[in-house]
Amino acid sequence: MGMTMTQKILAAAAGLEQVEAGQLIEADLDLVLGNDITSPVAIHEMDKMKVDGVFDKNKIALVPDHFVPNKDIKSAEHCKCVREFARKNEITNYFEVGEMGIEHALLPEKGLTVAGDVIIGADSHTCTYGALGAFSTGVGSTDMAAGMATGKAWFKVPAAIRFNLIGKPAKWVSGKDVILHIIGMIGVDGALYKSMEFVGDGIAGLSMDDRFTIANMAIEAGGKNGIFPVDELAIAYMKEHSTRAYQIYEADADAVYDAEYTIDLSTLRPTVAFPHLPENTHTIDEIREMDDIRIDQVVIGSCTNGRLDDLRKAAEVLSGRHVAKGMRCIVIPATQKIYMQAMDEGLLKTFIEAGAIVSTPTCGPCLGGYMGILAEGERCVSTTNRNFVGRMGHINSEIYLASPAVAAASAVTGKISCPCEL
Amino acid sequence: MNNAKGMVFKYGDNVDTDVIIPARYLNSSDPAELATHCMEDIDKDFIKNVKKGDIIVAEKNFGCGSSREHAPIAIKAAGVSCVIAETFARIFYRNAINIGLPIIECPEAAKGIEAGDEVEVNFDTGVITDVTKGTSFQGQAFPEFMQRIIAAEGLVNYINSGR
Repeated sequence: MGMTMTQKILAAAAGLEQVEAGQLIEADLDLVLGNDITSPVAIHEMDKMKVDGVFDKNKIALVPDHFVPNKDIKSAEHCKCVREFARKNEITNYFEVGEMGIEHALLPEKGLTVAGDVIIGADSHTCTYGALGAFSTGVGSTDMAAGMATGKAWFKVPAAIRFNLIGKPAKWVSGKDVILHIIGMIGVDGALYKSMEFVGDGIAGLSMDDRFTIANMAIEAGGKNGIFPVDELAIAYMKEHSTRAYQIYEADADAVYDAEYTIDLSTLRPTVAFPHLPENTHTIDEIREMDDIRIDQVVIGSCTNGRLDDLRKAAEVLSGRHVAKGMRCIVIPATQKIYMQAMDEGLLKTFIEAGAIVSTPTCGPCLGGYMGILAEGERCVSTTNRNFVGRMGHINSEIYLASPAVAAASAVTGKISCPCEL
Repeated sequence: MNNAKGMVFKYGDNVDTDVIIPARYLNSSDPAELATHCMEDIDKDFIKNVKKGDIIVAEKNFGCGSSREHAPIAIKAAGVSCVIAETFARIFYRNAINIGLPIIECPEAAKGIEAGDEVEVNFDTGVITDVTKGTSFQGQAFPEFMQRIIAAEGLVNYINSGR
Protein backbone atom coordinates (compact mmCIF):
# COMPACT_ATOMS: atom_id res chain seq x y z
CA MET A 1 0.00 0.00 0.00
CA GLY A 2 1.29 3.47 -0.86
CA MET A 3 2.33 5.97 1.78
CA THR A 4 1.46 9.63 2.24
CA MET A 5 4.22 12.25 2.38
CA THR A 6 4.00 12.31 6.18
CA GLN A 7 4.12 8.53 6.42
CA LYS A 8 7.24 8.41 4.24
CA ILE A 9 9.09 10.88 6.45
CA LEU A 10 8.09 8.99 9.60
CA ALA A 11 9.06 5.63 8.09
CA ALA A 12 12.53 6.94 7.23
CA ALA A 13 12.99 8.45 10.71
CA ALA A 14 11.97 5.15 12.29
CA GLY A 15 14.29 3.15 10.03
CA LEU A 16 11.38 1.28 8.48
CA GLU A 17 10.61 0.45 4.82
CA GLN A 18 6.91 0.81 5.28
CA VAL A 19 4.47 2.21 7.85
CA GLU A 20 0.70 2.42 7.88
CA ALA A 21 -1.87 4.56 9.65
CA GLY A 22 -2.34 3.56 13.28
CA GLN A 23 1.08 1.92 13.65
CA LEU A 24 3.12 2.93 16.72
CA ILE A 25 6.70 3.86 15.87
CA GLU A 26 9.72 5.40 17.53
CA ALA A 27 11.38 8.06 15.37
CA ASP A 28 14.70 9.89 15.52
CA LEU A 29 14.28 13.63 16.00
CA ASP A 30 16.05 16.37 14.05
CA LEU A 31 14.95 19.17 16.37
CA VAL A 32 13.28 19.55 19.76
CA LEU A 33 11.77 22.97 20.49
CA GLY A 34 10.49 24.71 23.60
CA ASN A 35 9.48 28.20 24.72
CA ASP A 36 9.42 30.11 28.00
CA ILE A 37 6.10 28.61 29.13
CA THR A 38 6.66 24.97 28.24
CA SER A 39 10.44 24.59 28.69
CA PRO A 40 10.57 25.16 32.48
CA VAL A 41 8.11 22.28 32.97
CA ALA A 42 10.20 20.13 30.59
CA ILE A 43 13.46 21.07 32.33
CA HIS A 44 11.92 20.16 35.69
CA GLU A 45 10.81 16.78 34.28
CA MET A 46 14.23 16.17 32.74
CA ASP A 47 15.86 16.85 36.10
CA LYS A 48 13.87 13.92 37.45
CA MET A 49 15.08 11.60 34.68
CA LYS A 50 18.21 9.61 35.27
CA VAL A 51 20.05 11.03 32.24
CA ASP A 52 23.27 12.94 31.68
CA GLY A 53 22.36 16.09 29.79
CA VAL A 54 20.78 16.46 26.39
CA PHE A 55 21.10 14.10 23.42
CA ASP A 56 22.57 16.74 21.08
CA LYS A 57 23.16 20.37 21.99
CA ASN A 58 22.78 21.39 18.33
CA LYS A 59 19.36 19.80 17.90
CA ILE A 60 17.49 21.65 20.61
CA ALA A 61 15.99 25.11 20.17
CA LEU A 62 14.94 27.18 23.17
CA VAL A 63 13.05 30.34 22.32
CA PRO A 64 11.64 32.50 25.11
CA ASP A 65 8.93 34.38 23.19
CA HIS A 66 5.59 34.21 24.99
CA PHE A 67 6.13 36.59 27.91
CA VAL A 68 9.35 38.34 26.84
CA PRO A 69 10.68 40.89 27.46
CA ASN A 70 9.68 39.51 30.87
CA LYS A 71 6.22 40.76 31.76
CA ASP A 72 6.44 40.09 35.49
CA ILE A 73 8.60 38.46 38.16
CA LYS A 74 7.23 34.95 37.67
CA SER A 75 7.84 35.15 33.90
CA ALA A 76 11.34 36.41 34.56
CA GLU A 77 11.97 33.37 36.78
CA HIS A 78 10.79 31.07 33.98
CA CYS A 79 13.09 32.74 31.46
CA LYS A 80 15.95 32.53 33.94
CA CYS A 81 15.34 28.80 34.31
CA VAL A 82 15.51 28.34 30.51
CA ARG A 83 18.59 30.58 30.18
CA GLU A 84 20.48 28.68 32.89
CA PHE A 85 19.56 25.32 31.41
CA ALA A 86 20.76 26.52 27.98
CA ARG A 87 24.03 27.73 29.43
CA LYS A 88 24.66 24.58 31.46
CA ASN A 89 23.93 22.30 28.50
CA GLU A 90 25.65 24.58 25.96
CA ILE A 91 22.52 24.72 23.83
CA THR A 92 23.57 26.25 20.50
CA ASN A 93 20.15 27.50 19.52
CA TYR A 94 19.05 29.48 22.54
CA PHE A 95 17.75 32.88 21.48
CA GLU A 96 17.90 35.77 23.91
CA VAL A 97 15.91 38.98 23.56
CA GLY A 98 17.76 40.91 20.87
CA GLU A 99 18.32 37.88 18.65
CA MET A 100 14.96 36.21 19.02
CA GLY A 101 11.60 36.12 17.38
CA ILE A 102 8.37 34.20 17.68
CA GLU A 103 9.59 30.61 17.54
CA HIS A 104 7.73 29.45 14.41
CA ALA A 105 8.82 32.45 12.38
CA LEU A 106 12.34 32.34 13.80
CA LEU A 107 13.37 28.72 13.27
CA PRO A 108 12.81 28.55 9.48
CA GLU A 109 14.47 31.97 9.15
CA LYS A 110 17.50 30.65 11.06
CA GLY A 111 17.64 27.63 8.77
CA LEU A 112 16.94 25.16 11.58
CA THR A 113 14.00 23.48 9.84
CA VAL A 114 14.28 21.87 6.40
CA ALA A 115 12.39 19.40 4.24
CA GLY A 116 12.40 15.82 5.51
CA ASP A 117 13.05 16.76 9.15
CA VAL A 118 11.13 15.23 12.05
CA ILE A 119 10.53 17.97 14.61
CA ILE A 120 8.66 18.09 17.91
CA GLY A 121 7.99 21.27 19.79
CA ALA A 122 6.31 21.99 23.08
CA ASP A 123 4.05 24.48 21.38
CA SER A 124 0.96 23.52 19.43
CA HIS A 125 1.87 25.63 16.39
CA THR A 126 5.03 23.61 15.78
CA CYS A 127 3.14 22.23 12.76
CA THR A 128 4.23 25.42 10.90
CA TYR A 129 7.37 23.80 9.41
CA GLY A 130 5.25 21.52 7.22
CA ALA A 131 5.34 24.46 4.80
CA LEU A 132 8.92 23.39 4.01
CA GLY A 133 8.06 19.69 3.66
CA ALA A 134 9.08 18.69 7.19
CA PHE A 135 7.06 16.56 9.60
CA SER A 136 6.58 18.73 12.64
CA THR A 137 4.06 18.51 15.43
CA GLY A 138 3.22 19.98 18.81
CA VAL A 139 3.71 17.99 21.99
CA GLY A 140 3.70 18.71 25.71
CA SER A 141 6.52 19.39 28.10
CA THR A 142 7.10 15.77 29.18
CA ASP A 143 7.47 14.68 25.56
CA MET A 144 9.84 17.60 25.06
CA ALA A 145 11.87 16.44 28.06
CA ALA A 146 12.04 12.87 26.78
CA GLY A 147 12.99 14.24 23.33
CA MET A 148 15.78 16.40 24.75
CA ALA A 149 17.11 13.46 26.74
CA THR A 150 16.88 10.71 24.14
CA GLY A 151 16.53 12.34 20.70
CA LYS A 152 13.54 10.11 20.05
CA ALA A 153 9.76 10.28 20.30
CA TRP A 154 6.97 7.76 19.81
CA PHE A 155 4.23 8.50 17.31
CA LYS A 156 1.07 6.89 16.12
CA VAL A 157 1.36 7.07 12.33
CA PRO A 158 -1.44 9.38 11.19
CA ALA A 159 -4.02 8.84 8.48
CA ALA A 160 -4.35 11.81 6.12
CA ILE A 161 -6.75 14.19 4.45
CA ARG A 162 -5.70 15.56 1.06
CA PHE A 163 -6.48 19.13 0.05
CA ASN A 164 -6.09 19.71 -3.67
CA LEU A 165 -5.57 23.45 -4.12
CA ILE A 166 -6.24 24.79 -7.62
CA GLY A 167 -6.58 28.27 -9.14
CA LYS A 168 -5.03 31.56 -8.12
CA PRO A 169 -6.27 33.64 -5.21
CA ALA A 170 -7.67 37.09 -5.97
CA LYS A 171 -6.22 40.35 -4.62
CA TRP A 172 -6.66 40.57 -0.80
CA VAL A 173 -7.07 36.79 -0.48
CA SER A 174 -4.14 35.27 1.42
CA GLY A 175 -2.99 32.06 3.08
CA LYS A 176 -5.01 33.07 6.15
CA ASP A 177 -8.21 33.11 4.13
CA VAL A 178 -7.36 29.69 2.66
CA ILE A 179 -6.87 28.04 6.05
CA LEU A 180 -9.85 29.79 7.68
CA HIS A 181 -11.97 28.60 4.75
CA ILE A 182 -10.74 25.03 5.26
CA ILE A 183 -11.33 25.09 9.05
CA GLY A 184 -14.81 26.53 8.43
CA MET A 185 -15.44 23.65 6.05
CA ILE A 186 -14.17 20.70 8.14
CA GLY A 187 -14.47 22.09 11.70
CA VAL A 188 -12.06 22.43 14.62
CA ASP A 189 -11.82 18.64 14.95
CA GLY A 190 -12.20 17.89 11.23
CA ALA A 191 -8.62 16.63 10.96
CA LEU A 192 -8.34 15.21 14.49
CA TYR A 193 -5.23 12.97 14.80
CA LYS A 194 -4.63 13.26 11.02
CA SER A 195 -2.16 14.91 8.71
CA MET A 196 -3.41 17.59 6.35
CA GLU A 197 -1.57 17.15 3.06
CA PHE A 198 -1.79 20.09 0.67
CA VAL A 199 -1.21 19.41 -3.02
CA GLY A 200 -2.12 20.88 -6.41
CA ASP A 201 -1.25 23.55 -8.96
CA GLY A 202 -2.65 26.29 -6.75
CA ILE A 203 0.30 25.99 -4.35
CA ALA A 204 2.59 27.66 -6.90
CA GLY A 205 0.58 30.86 -6.42
CA LEU A 206 1.07 30.87 -2.64
CA SER A 207 4.13 32.60 -1.17
CA MET A 208 6.23 30.83 1.47
CA ASP A 209 4.70 33.15 4.06
CA ASP A 210 1.20 32.09 2.92
CA ARG A 211 2.23 28.44 3.26
CA PHE A 212 3.64 28.98 6.76
CA THR A 213 0.31 30.52 7.75
CA ILE A 214 -1.66 27.59 6.35
CA ALA A 215 0.53 24.88 7.94
CA ASN A 216 0.58 26.86 11.21
CA MET A 217 -3.18 26.55 11.65
CA ALA A 218 -3.45 22.81 10.89
CA ILE A 219 -3.75 22.36 14.66
CA GLU A 220 -6.87 24.55 14.65
CA ALA A 221 -8.57 21.80 12.64
CA GLY A 222 -7.26 19.24 15.16
CA GLY A 223 -4.55 18.08 12.74
CA LYS A 224 -1.38 16.34 13.80
CA ASN A 225 0.54 18.16 11.07
CA GLY A 226 0.07 20.08 7.86
CA ILE A 227 2.47 19.52 5.00
CA PHE A 228 3.29 20.92 1.57
CA PRO A 229 5.21 19.37 -1.31
CA VAL A 230 8.72 20.76 -1.78
CA ASP A 231 8.75 22.91 -4.92
CA GLU A 232 11.24 25.40 -6.38
CA LEU A 233 10.05 28.17 -4.09
CA ALA A 234 10.57 26.02 -0.98
CA ILE A 235 14.02 24.95 -2.20
CA ALA A 236 14.98 28.57 -2.86
CA TYR A 237 13.82 29.49 0.68
CA MET A 238 15.89 26.71 2.25
CA LYS A 239 18.98 27.58 0.18
CA GLU A 240 18.68 31.21 1.24
CA HIS A 241 18.27 30.45 4.94
CA SER A 242 19.97 27.15 5.69
CA THR A 243 23.20 25.27 5.13
CA ARG A 244 21.62 21.99 6.21
CA ALA A 245 20.97 19.19 3.74
CA TYR A 246 17.29 18.70 2.99
CA GLN A 247 15.51 15.55 1.90
CA ILE A 248 12.51 15.64 -0.40
CA TYR A 249 9.75 13.08 0.13
CA GLU A 250 6.74 12.69 -2.13
CA ALA A 251 3.51 10.86 -1.49
CA ASP A 252 3.07 7.62 -3.43
CA ALA A 253 0.57 7.76 -6.28
CA ASP A 254 -1.45 5.03 -4.54
CA ALA A 255 -1.33 6.60 -1.08
CA VAL A 256 -4.59 6.27 0.81
CA TYR A 257 -6.47 9.30 2.17
CA ASP A 258 -9.41 9.31 4.56
CA ALA A 259 -10.92 12.19 2.61
CA GLU A 260 -10.06 14.48 -0.30
CA TYR A 261 -11.19 18.01 -1.01
CA THR A 262 -10.58 20.24 -4.01
CA ILE A 263 -10.50 23.96 -3.30
CA ASP A 264 -10.48 26.52 -6.10
CA LEU A 265 -8.50 29.39 -4.60
CA SER A 266 -9.88 31.81 -7.21
CA THR A 267 -13.34 31.46 -5.65
CA LEU A 268 -12.22 32.25 -2.08
CA ARG A 269 -13.08 35.55 -0.42
CA PRO A 270 -11.51 37.35 2.53
CA THR A 271 -12.73 35.27 5.47
CA VAL A 272 -13.21 36.03 9.17
CA ALA A 273 -13.67 33.55 12.05
CA PHE A 274 -16.19 34.84 14.61
CA PRO A 275 -16.05 34.13 18.36
CA HIS A 276 -15.40 31.69 19.92
CA LEU A 277 -14.08 29.05 17.52
CA PRO A 278 -11.88 29.24 14.41
CA GLU A 279 -14.55 27.23 12.54
CA ASN A 280 -17.17 30.02 12.84
CA THR A 281 -16.21 31.52 9.51
CA HIS A 282 -17.99 34.13 7.39
CA THR A 283 -16.87 35.69 4.12
CA ILE A 284 -16.51 39.43 3.90
CA ASP A 285 -19.57 39.45 1.61
CA GLU A 286 -21.69 37.78 4.30
CA ILE A 287 -20.39 40.25 6.86
CA ARG A 288 -21.36 43.17 4.62
CA GLU A 289 -24.98 42.00 4.85
CA MET A 290 -24.85 42.07 8.67
CA ASP A 291 -25.09 45.01 11.05
CA ASP A 292 -21.70 46.72 11.48
CA ILE A 293 -19.38 44.85 13.84
CA ARG A 294 -17.66 47.67 15.72
CA ILE A 295 -14.24 46.88 17.16
CA ASP A 296 -11.90 48.34 19.79
CA GLN A 297 -8.54 46.83 18.90
CA VAL A 298 -6.59 45.30 16.03
CA VAL A 299 -3.59 42.99 16.43
CA ILE A 300 -1.35 42.30 13.44
CA GLY A 301 1.35 39.76 14.24
CA SER A 302 1.91 36.28 15.79
CA CYS A 303 3.42 33.01 14.54
CA THR A 304 0.49 32.89 12.13
CA ASN A 305 0.74 36.32 10.50
CA GLY A 306 3.72 38.33 11.69
CA ARG A 307 5.95 37.74 8.65
CA LEU A 308 7.17 40.24 6.08
CA ASP A 309 4.44 39.49 3.51
CA ASP A 310 1.88 40.09 6.23
CA LEU A 311 3.38 43.42 7.26
CA ARG A 312 3.65 44.53 3.63
CA LYS A 313 -0.04 43.85 3.07
CA ALA A 314 -1.04 45.65 6.25
CA ALA A 315 1.14 48.62 5.31
CA GLU A 316 -0.32 48.73 1.81
CA VAL A 317 -3.75 49.15 3.39
CA LEU A 318 -2.65 51.62 6.08
CA SER A 319 -0.46 53.76 3.82
CA GLY A 320 -1.85 57.29 3.62
CA ARG A 321 -4.69 56.36 5.97
CA HIS A 322 -5.20 56.60 9.73
CA VAL A 323 -6.64 54.18 12.25
CA ALA A 324 -10.10 55.14 13.48
CA LYS A 325 -10.45 57.48 16.46
CA GLY A 326 -10.41 55.45 19.68
CA MET A 327 -8.95 52.38 17.99
CA ARG A 328 -5.81 50.61 19.26
CA CYS A 329 -3.81 49.03 16.45
CA ILE A 330 -0.85 46.89 17.58
CA VAL A 331 1.67 45.65 15.00
CA ILE A 332 4.17 42.98 16.07
CA PRO A 333 6.88 41.92 13.61
CA ALA A 334 7.52 38.23 14.34
CA THR A 335 11.33 38.33 14.42
CA GLN A 336 14.16 40.84 14.78
CA LYS A 337 15.07 40.27 11.13
CA ILE A 338 11.52 40.93 9.96
CA TYR A 339 11.47 44.02 12.18
CA MET A 340 14.64 45.24 10.48
CA GLN A 341 13.34 44.48 6.98
CA ALA A 342 10.10 46.28 7.78
CA MET A 343 12.15 49.25 8.93
CA ASP A 344 14.30 49.24 5.79
CA GLU A 345 11.21 49.09 3.59
CA GLY A 346 9.58 51.96 5.44
CA LEU A 347 6.71 49.83 6.72
CA LEU A 348 7.24 50.80 10.35
CA LYS A 349 7.00 54.47 9.41
CA THR A 350 3.74 53.75 7.61
CA PHE A 351 2.35 52.01 10.70
CA ILE A 352 3.36 54.75 13.09
CA GLU A 353 2.12 57.52 10.80
CA ALA A 354 -1.19 55.67 10.58
CA GLY A 355 -1.51 55.75 14.36
CA ALA A 356 -0.56 52.13 15.04
CA ILE A 357 2.08 51.05 17.53
CA VAL A 358 4.94 48.68 16.72
CA SER A 359 6.14 46.20 19.35
CA THR A 360 9.23 44.08 19.73
CA PRO A 361 8.62 40.41 18.76
CA THR A 362 6.40 38.62 21.29
CA CYS A 363 3.46 36.20 21.42
CA GLY A 364 2.00 38.59 24.06
CA PRO A 365 -1.58 39.42 23.10
CA CYS A 366 -2.30 36.25 21.10
CA LEU A 367 -2.67 34.19 24.27
CA GLY A 368 -3.78 37.00 26.53
CA GLY A 369 -0.36 37.30 28.10
CA TYR A 370 0.28 41.04 27.84
CA MET A 371 0.70 43.83 25.25
CA GLY A 372 -2.95 44.19 24.29
CA ILE A 373 -5.31 42.54 26.78
CA LEU A 374 -9.03 43.11 26.20
CA ALA A 375 -11.45 44.52 28.79
CA GLU A 376 -14.96 43.22 29.34
CA GLY A 377 -17.13 43.63 26.27
CA GLU A 378 -14.30 44.67 23.96
CA ARG A 379 -13.80 43.30 20.46
CA CYS A 380 -10.58 42.71 18.57
CA VAL A 381 -9.84 41.81 14.96
CA SER A 382 -6.67 39.77 15.16
CA THR A 383 -4.39 38.01 12.71
CA THR A 384 -3.65 35.38 15.39
CA ASN A 385 -4.89 31.80 15.43
CA ARG A 386 -7.40 31.26 18.24
CA ASN A 387 -10.54 33.07 19.31
CA PHE A 388 -11.51 30.93 22.30
CA VAL A 389 -13.36 32.38 25.29
CA GLY A 390 -11.00 34.63 27.26
CA ARG A 391 -8.07 33.97 24.94
CA MET A 392 -7.04 37.64 24.72
CA GLY A 393 -8.39 38.87 28.03
CA HIS A 394 -11.77 39.13 29.76
CA ILE A 395 -14.07 36.13 29.27
CA ASN A 396 -16.67 38.53 27.89
CA SER A 397 -14.35 39.93 25.21
CA GLU A 398 -14.43 38.81 21.58
CA ILE A 399 -11.80 37.95 18.97
CA TYR A 400 -12.39 37.91 15.22
CA LEU A 401 -9.64 36.10 13.31
CA ALA A 402 -8.69 37.58 9.95
CA SER A 403 -5.89 38.25 7.47
CA PRO A 404 -3.50 41.19 7.90
CA ALA A 405 -5.26 43.05 5.05
CA VAL A 406 -8.71 42.70 6.64
CA ALA A 407 -7.29 43.55 10.08
CA ALA A 408 -5.65 46.72 8.74
CA ALA A 409 -8.78 47.78 6.87
CA SER A 410 -10.84 47.19 10.02
CA ALA A 411 -8.43 49.37 12.02
CA VAL A 412 -9.10 52.21 9.59
CA THR A 413 -12.90 51.99 9.62
CA GLY A 414 -13.43 50.82 13.22
CA LYS A 415 -15.58 47.91 12.05
CA ILE A 416 -14.84 44.62 10.29
CA SER A 417 -14.06 45.68 6.73
CA CYS A 418 -12.51 44.54 3.47
CA PRO A 419 -9.63 46.58 2.05
CA CYS A 420 -11.55 46.59 -1.22
CA GLU A 421 -14.14 48.83 0.45
CA LEU A 422 -11.75 51.59 1.48
CA MET B 1 -4.26 0.10 38.83
CA ASN B 2 -6.94 1.77 40.93
CA ASN B 3 -10.40 2.49 39.71
CA ALA B 4 -11.90 5.94 39.70
CA LYS B 5 -15.10 6.87 41.49
CA GLY B 6 -16.62 10.29 41.92
CA MET B 7 -19.22 12.87 41.07
CA VAL B 8 -19.45 14.16 37.51
CA PHE B 9 -18.82 17.67 36.20
CA LYS B 10 -20.25 17.81 32.68
CA TYR B 11 -19.18 19.99 29.75
CA GLY B 12 -19.89 20.18 26.00
CA ASP B 13 -17.82 20.18 22.81
CA ASN B 14 -14.39 21.79 22.28
CA VAL B 15 -13.42 22.52 25.88
CA ASP B 16 -10.14 24.27 25.06
CA THR B 17 -6.95 24.59 27.05
CA ASP B 18 -7.50 28.34 27.46
CA VAL B 19 -10.61 27.73 29.57
CA ILE B 20 -9.03 24.75 31.37
CA ILE B 21 -6.13 26.94 32.50
CA PRO B 22 -6.08 30.52 31.18
CA ALA B 23 -2.73 31.78 29.89
CA ARG B 24 -2.74 34.62 32.42
CA TYR B 25 -1.81 31.98 35.00
CA LEU B 26 0.93 30.33 32.95
CA ASN B 27 3.60 32.39 34.64
CA SER B 28 3.45 29.57 37.20
CA SER B 29 4.18 25.89 36.72
CA ASP B 30 3.29 24.85 40.28
CA PRO B 31 0.54 22.19 40.10
CA ALA B 32 -1.18 23.32 43.31
CA GLU B 33 -1.28 26.94 42.15
CA LEU B 34 -2.48 25.97 38.66
CA ALA B 35 -5.24 23.85 40.24
CA THR B 36 -6.72 26.90 41.97
CA HIS B 37 -7.57 28.32 38.51
CA CYS B 38 -8.64 25.04 36.88
CA MET B 39 -11.69 25.45 34.55
CA GLU B 40 -12.00 29.06 35.72
CA ASP B 41 -13.12 30.53 32.39
CA ILE B 42 -15.76 27.89 31.68
CA ASP B 43 -16.99 27.14 35.22
CA LYS B 44 -15.85 29.56 37.90
CA ASP B 45 -17.40 27.42 40.67
CA PHE B 46 -15.59 24.24 39.60
CA ILE B 47 -12.68 24.60 41.95
CA LYS B 48 -14.98 25.44 44.88
CA ASN B 49 -17.08 22.34 44.29
CA VAL B 50 -14.67 19.68 43.06
CA LYS B 51 -13.73 16.93 45.52
CA LYS B 52 -10.90 14.43 45.31
CA GLY B 53 -11.87 11.61 42.99
CA ASP B 54 -14.46 13.54 40.97
CA ILE B 55 -14.77 12.94 37.24
CA ILE B 56 -15.04 15.27 34.24
CA VAL B 57 -17.26 14.17 31.37
CA ALA B 58 -17.28 16.15 28.12
CA GLU B 59 -18.25 15.73 24.50
CA LYS B 60 -16.09 16.21 21.36
CA ASN B 61 -12.48 17.44 21.12
CA PHE B 62 -11.75 17.95 24.83
CA GLY B 63 -8.49 19.82 25.41
CA CYS B 64 -8.19 21.43 21.99
CA GLY B 65 -5.82 24.34 21.48
CA SER B 66 -2.49 24.88 23.13
CA SER B 67 0.12 22.24 23.95
CA ARG B 68 0.33 23.45 27.57
CA GLU B 69 0.84 20.46 29.83
CA HIS B 70 -0.38 22.81 32.54
CA ALA B 71 -3.94 21.84 31.45
CA PRO B 72 -3.91 18.16 32.47
CA ILE B 73 -1.60 19.07 35.39
CA ALA B 74 -4.22 21.52 36.72
CA ILE B 75 -7.02 18.98 36.31
CA LYS B 76 -5.05 16.26 38.08
CA ALA B 77 -3.91 18.57 40.87
CA ALA B 78 -7.54 19.67 41.38
CA GLY B 79 -8.25 16.07 42.41
CA VAL B 80 -9.99 14.82 39.28
CA SER B 81 -9.54 11.05 38.93
CA CYS B 82 -10.56 10.61 35.30
CA VAL B 83 -11.73 12.54 32.23
CA ILE B 84 -14.23 10.86 29.93
CA ALA B 85 -14.98 12.41 26.53
CA GLU B 86 -16.35 11.53 23.13
CA THR B 87 -12.95 12.50 21.67
CA PHE B 88 -9.82 14.28 22.90
CA ALA B 89 -7.56 16.70 21.06
CA ARG B 90 -4.35 14.83 20.31
CA ILE B 91 -1.79 16.87 22.26
CA PHE B 92 -4.00 16.87 25.37
CA TYR B 93 -4.41 13.09 25.06
CA ARG B 94 -0.65 12.59 24.92
CA ASN B 95 0.02 15.01 27.77
CA ALA B 96 -2.59 13.42 30.03
CA ILE B 97 -1.04 9.97 29.62
CA ASN B 98 2.45 11.38 30.10
CA ILE B 99 1.60 13.00 33.43
CA GLY B 100 -0.54 10.10 34.64
CA LEU B 101 -4.06 11.55 34.34
CA PRO B 102 -6.42 8.76 33.25
CA ILE B 103 -8.60 9.64 30.26
CA ILE B 104 -11.06 7.51 28.33
CA GLU B 105 -12.81 7.99 25.00
CA CYS B 106 -16.41 6.79 25.10
CA PRO B 107 -19.06 8.59 22.98
CA GLU B 108 -21.96 6.71 24.61
CA ALA B 109 -20.87 7.63 28.15
CA ALA B 110 -20.26 11.23 27.07
CA LYS B 111 -23.87 11.40 25.90
CA GLY B 112 -25.52 9.30 28.64
CA ILE B 113 -23.91 10.66 31.80
CA GLU B 114 -25.23 13.87 33.36
CA ALA B 115 -23.74 16.43 35.72
CA GLY B 116 -23.91 15.33 39.34
CA ASP B 117 -24.13 11.60 38.57
CA GLU B 118 -21.98 9.25 40.62
CA VAL B 119 -19.73 7.38 38.20
CA GLU B 120 -17.24 4.56 38.55
CA VAL B 121 -14.53 3.66 36.01
CA ASN B 122 -12.68 0.36 35.84
CA PHE B 123 -9.38 1.07 34.10
CA ASP B 124 -8.59 -2.61 33.51
CA THR B 125 -11.75 -3.32 31.57
CA GLY B 126 -12.69 0.17 30.35
CA VAL B 127 -16.18 -0.26 31.83
CA ILE B 128 -17.79 3.01 32.93
CA THR B 129 -20.71 2.64 35.38
CA ASP B 130 -23.20 5.42 36.09
CA VAL B 131 -24.16 4.39 39.62
CA THR B 132 -26.88 7.05 39.86
CA LYS B 133 -28.67 5.89 36.71
CA GLY B 134 -27.73 2.22 36.93
CA THR B 135 -26.30 2.24 33.40
CA SER B 136 -22.91 1.16 32.11
CA PHE B 137 -20.79 1.80 29.04
CA GLN B 138 -17.82 0.11 27.42
CA GLY B 139 -14.98 2.61 27.06
CA GLN B 140 -11.64 1.95 25.45
CA ALA B 141 -9.45 0.05 27.94
CA PHE B 142 -5.87 1.32 28.22
CA PRO B 143 -3.18 -0.73 26.53
CA GLU B 144 -0.90 -2.27 29.15
CA PHE B 145 2.00 0.14 28.61
CA MET B 146 -0.29 3.13 29.10
CA GLN B 147 -1.66 1.58 32.30
CA ARG B 148 1.90 1.24 33.55
CA ILE B 149 2.68 4.88 32.71
CA ILE B 150 -0.42 6.05 34.59
CA ALA B 151 0.27 3.71 37.52
CA ALA B 152 3.81 5.15 37.73
CA GLU B 153 2.25 8.65 37.90
CA GLY B 154 3.68 9.63 34.53
CA LEU B 155 6.23 8.96 31.78
CA VAL B 156 9.26 10.17 33.71
CA ASN B 157 8.81 7.76 36.63
CA TYR B 158 7.95 5.05 34.16
CA ILE B 159 11.22 5.62 32.28
CA ASN B 160 13.18 5.77 35.53
CA SER B 161 11.64 2.55 36.81
CA GLY B 162 13.28 0.77 33.87
CA ARG B 163 9.88 0.29 32.21
